[in-house]
Amino acid sequence: MSEVLHRLPDERTADAPAALPPPRNRLARLFRSLAFRRLIVLAFLALGWEIAARWQANPLMLPSFGETFQAFVTASRDEGLLLAAAGSLAVLLKGYVIAILIGFALVSLAVSNSFVRDAVQTVAAMFNPLPAIALLPLALLWFGLGEKSLLFVLVNAVIWPFALAALQGFEAVPETLRLVGRNYGLTGPAYVRHILVPAALPSLISGLRVGWAFAWRTLIAAELVFGVSSSSGGLGWFIFRARNELFTDRVFAGLATVILIGLLVEAVAFRGLESATVRRWGALR
Amino acid sequence: MLAPTPHAPAARAALCPVLEARQLTLDYEGERGPVRAVEGVDFTLEEGERLVLLGPSGCGKSSILKAAAGFLKPSSGAVLLNGRPVIGPGPDRIVVFQEFDQLLPWKSVLDNVAFPLRVAGKLSVAAAREKAAAALARVGLTRALDQFPHTLSGGMKQRAAIARALAMEPAVLLMDEPFAALDALTRLQMQRDLLDIAQERALTLLFVTHAIDEAVLLGTRLHLLSAHPGRTLARFETAGFDAADIGTQRFEKAVQEVHATLFGATERGR
Repeated sequence: MSEVLHRLPDERTADAPAALPPPRNRLARLFRSLAFRRLIVLAFLALGWEIAARWQANPLMLPSFGETFQAFVTASRDEGLLLAAAGSLAVLLKGYVIAILIGFALVSLAVSNSFVRDAVQTVAAMFNPLPAIALLPLALLWFGLGEKSLLFVLVNAVIWPFALAALQGFEAVPETLRLVGRNYGLTGPAYVRHILVPAALPSLISGLRVGWAFAWRTLIAAELVFGVSSSSGGLGWFIFRARNELFTDRVFAGLATVILIGLLVEAVAFRGLESATVRRWGALR
Repeated sequence: MLAPTPHAPAARAALCPVLEARQLTLDYEGERGPVRAVEGVDFTLEEGERLVLLGPSGCGKSSILKAAAGFLKPSSGAVLLNGRPVIGPGPDRIVVFQEFDQLLPWKSVLDNVAFPLRVAGKLSVAAAREKAAAALARVGLTRALDQFPHTLSGGMKQRAAIARALAMEPAVLLMDEPFAALDALTRLQMQRDLLDIAQERALTLLFVTHAIDEAVLLGTRLHLLSAHPGRTLARFETAGFDAADIGTQRFEKAVQEVHATLFGATERGR
């Protein structure tokens, strides 16, 4: 080799190795955390709200943040706001779980049979644009005034967006991963469980998320029309009653509860699920 | 330099080969009806042999490998594994693909190798992990056991895929251009390491490539294919080459001879 190439002497930089970057500032790291950023956004919104309310100076139309907070505390203590929220959540979870189970079963069938897939896709495309709440009058006619009607509407709200997202996720599983799974001799349910579900998990989680949001808003809307059951009226009913009695601060407290529960579930459940799975696997940044 | 083996496979001993293609013809669905990818290809692969399918793109070499893996059904003819026709995919023929995304992204490197041992090899978790760790150590990935695939370089991913195949101890190992997407330096290193392992364990290997030097280095026999559709062009015996021969006159001459056979054929064909 040395006949052709002339080897150059080693080059060395004179100075010492470059200093390591300074340890990252704690404050900077805190500022990068999502929870902290969310808190800042919430604080700004509360501040803007407080200013707007004081400038308006009409608590019947727009109670201030402070008044709403007061109303939240008293309503939780005396009016059963938290009980109402718990009642709503219980119904919501029931409907959500039923819908996800049915949706998952449908999609699993659709994966193995192209006719079922086309059928599910057609039905989902039909019902997805239809606001589930529009089915409430019909549900009331069929199932009467009560939890059954609410569950019917809820399941309708969740199942179609979830099925569409899940189907899309399954269809987007890379060919190589499919071949690897088949190479191991996996077929049927084992193939779905070990290959398709984990590979489609980003879409599945996003389907769960969309389903959750649809369920929550559909339930509150339905409760505005009538309560969950005789014992506890649910959050929507609480808001409706407070509005009838012109307790505007309680209306706001009820709305804030709806929003906070939604935010909490998103931040803890879905975000947590994501960072334990798809973010860790590098499927999502 | 290269001794072309007779075109028709000589009637061998009573022992049947590990893998055999008999008048294998493969079609795939094109936009205007079926397109012929491979026509009437015969080959045999004995235990401990390394057969390389070599040819330009469009010669159907990957299709042949897919048929051997059981992903693709022959239109006529058959692929036989230990004398029995291949009817579907199975863990006795582990495939190493070209794509880097062949590792399951939701499993650590160790679990990627251990997983098929558990679902197909029916080993316990502990036994599968122990075997997987040994295979990973053999390809030099001991330090990456607990990492997830997305943190690995392309070369490391291919090493992990090879470890996965080694751990399964398949009857025949199928490799579909496993080094084609690697940079030149990594590819060179991987070729040497694979040859080492293959010689050490007497692997039975069916290897698909379009790189002539890779074929001459790794194969004990070459099977050259022409394109559109893939037909057998020639066979060569190349068992006598190893990493130390790279760059020698003997090696270069062999490469040139294969080159001439491939290109002579395309010129004649036009």
